Amino acid sequence: MTRAHTLETPPTTPARALDGPPVPEGPPPPRRKHTWRRLGNQALWYAAAIVLALFIALPIYLIFVSAVTPEADRYTYPKAIVPSALSFENISFFLRASGVVDAFWRSCIVGIITIVLALGIGAPAGYAIARYVFRGRDAYRLVILATRAFPVVILSIPLAVLYRQVGINDSVLGVALMHTTLALPFTVLITSSVFVSIPRDLEEAAQTLGCSPAQAFRRISLPLALPGLTAAAIFTWVLSWNDVFAAAILTLRNPTLPARILSSLTQAPLHFQFAAAFVMLVPSLVVIFIIRRYLLGLWGRVVK
Amino acid sequence: MSEIRLERIVKTFKDVRAVDDVSLTVAQGEFMVLLGPSGCGKTTLLRSIAGLEDIDAGRVVIGGRDVTELPPRARRVAMVFQSYAVFPHMSVFENIAFGLRMSKVEKTTLTRRVRSAAELLHIEALLDRYPSQVSGGQRQRIAVARAIAMEPDVLLMDEPLSNLDALLRLEMRAELKRLLNEIGSTTVYVTHDQVEAMSMGDRIAVMRAGRILQLGDPLTIYQTPVDRFVGGFIGSPPMNFLPATVRDGGDGLRAEVQDAGSLRLDGTAAWLTGRIGQAVTMGVRAEDIDVVEDGGADGVLRGRILVVEPLGSHDLLTVRLGESRLKVATRPGIALRADDPVVLRPQVERLVWLDPESDRALERPASAA
Repeated sequence: MTRAHTLETPPTTPARALDGPPVPEGPPPPRRKHTWRRLGNQALWYAAAIVLALFIALPIYLIFVSAVTPEADRYTYPKAIVPSALSFENISFFLRASGVVDAFWRSCIVGIITIVLALGIGAPAGYAIARYVFRGRDAYRLVILATRAFPVVILSIPLAVLYRQVGINDSVLGVALMHTTLALPFTVLITSSVFVSIPRDLEEAAQTLGCSPAQAFRRISLPLALPGLTAAAIFTWVLSWNDVFAAAILTLRNPTLPARILSSLTQAPLHFQFAAAFVMLVPSLVVIFIIRRYLLGLWGRVVK
Repeated sequence: MSEIRLERIVKTFKDVRAVDDVSLTVAQGEFMVLLGPSGCGKTTLLRSIAGLEDIDAGRVVIGGRDVTELPPRARRVAMVFQSYAVFPHMSVFENIAFGLRMSKVEKTTLTRRVRSAAELLHIEALLDRYPSQVSGGQRQRIAVARAIAMEPDVLLMDEPLSNLDALLRLEMRAELKRLLNEIGSTTVYVTHDQVEAMSMGDRIAVMRAGRILQLGDPLTIYQTPVDRFVGGFIGSPPMNFLPATVRDGGDGLRAEVQDAGSLRLDGTAAWLTGRIGQAVTMGVRAEDIDVVEDGGADGVLRGRILVVEPLGSHDLLTVRLGESRLKVATRPGIALRADDPVVLRPQVERLVWLDPESDRALERPASAA
């Protein structure tokens, strides 16, 4: 809605230049003027979108090119923008390296557990903050954020010790717990703002129409919150997938993919590093694309 | 359709008594309007009937059934919200069908009831659309259709027209009245718009600060408000209030308005005898004042015109009368201008008398009524 609105409400500066000099007999027909302005605006929109897309896509593409460049062209200069031939030898070599596939699956499992835990704990907390007035609510909201102000580095040694004592060091669950802790402040805040945006009236209307409070939540608020919850899930996934620090501290023989790459590839030749970067990128892109399609579908229907 | 009986309802938010010991009975099939300024507790009272608000004390009885402890879904009420509260992720059909699905109505019955509710509201063409694809006025109709499809014992409406633009509101007002008449539902309707209250209600409960000040049919409340607040709140323009003194004029009682003149009162005010020599407040509606040449022995009030507002159906004069200002409605096209002197004769049988201390209407002794 906002987007369409922006498209049709022309700002004054760039569009005016497209109007051309005024015709002596009077102003040009208003319709035409309007179309010109719209066109100018659209051009601006697309230009901005393209710049933004390149900013994200170009590095990804360069990583891809470096990862698939065959051995022969590896050190040619300048680098070809289009690879001379597609070669997956770097990638397959990297994947065949010991522990990489295991680490890959471990990362996936950690990410999924983190999403489930972070949303399972964070969404109800966000709902409570959004719906109920209770003593110390604002303080609570601040304290949640304050946990992120505390540098994790300082916690690393006590954490490692504690994990050993509890017996969850070097385990998928241990890393997932740590990631959940890191992600929770954001999931709580994101989901609370999602639930705030869903009018309370809707749940109350559902209650007068025969729902219990739980049914009203499941049938009304939850479907409406899904896009927002999905956004929170993507965010959590990315956070977990990208985390090196916690994973490197808490695992030794069972590292997640970033930890594995960090420990084994810091000294490796550049093309292997690019291959690894590409392998790291792909799952995140896939997850985001799948969820995004779902997300846009929902928003497209609910918000005009 | 059922009678609603509210017994001594109390609801407190922190230290504010939103509803302060209110008792009210709405007869079966009656259209009851709760009217008052914002913050007077009318919406809280309505939500208490719906069960959306837990009351601190009192009982809610609907159709002889004590529902005080029941959740909203078990009260057989339906509510129309100010924001309409249509579900954005469901089609219009599913919105109207929502309550029926929750109560597991069998499928053919469900379709029939959804269709007939939609037809009553003239939105049968929109059933396949989503709420974001229809206008605000149509969304309002969806909300009403959803409520009446439930065939509830009681229909509750919380300022359903306040988000519509003026023209649409006028149209919906008449249509809602027709509709509710047709289905004969017991209705409680909350509004802050006194015109809406007057035009729709069988009875009006005027509320202020959590209490019901006056309960009665619209015309009675309009003509004989119980206090200055009700007189000022109901009617546009508000009722005029003039300070006056009761005198014995020899030929009957007279009401003397300082610096303006005195009026001879007729038999309907004979009960004021006990107040001779005392100050009173005289309440009079703008349309109950005539512009005259001279009142003769009956007496007149003399003032000066401040403003003339031609409103088409009538002209509205603002007149300075001693220390007070007075609104007078006259026939249109009156040949008077600002600053002209004017002679006024209120219709004495329509006057309302209030105690200037308490601002409450003076008790009329039963024998003199």
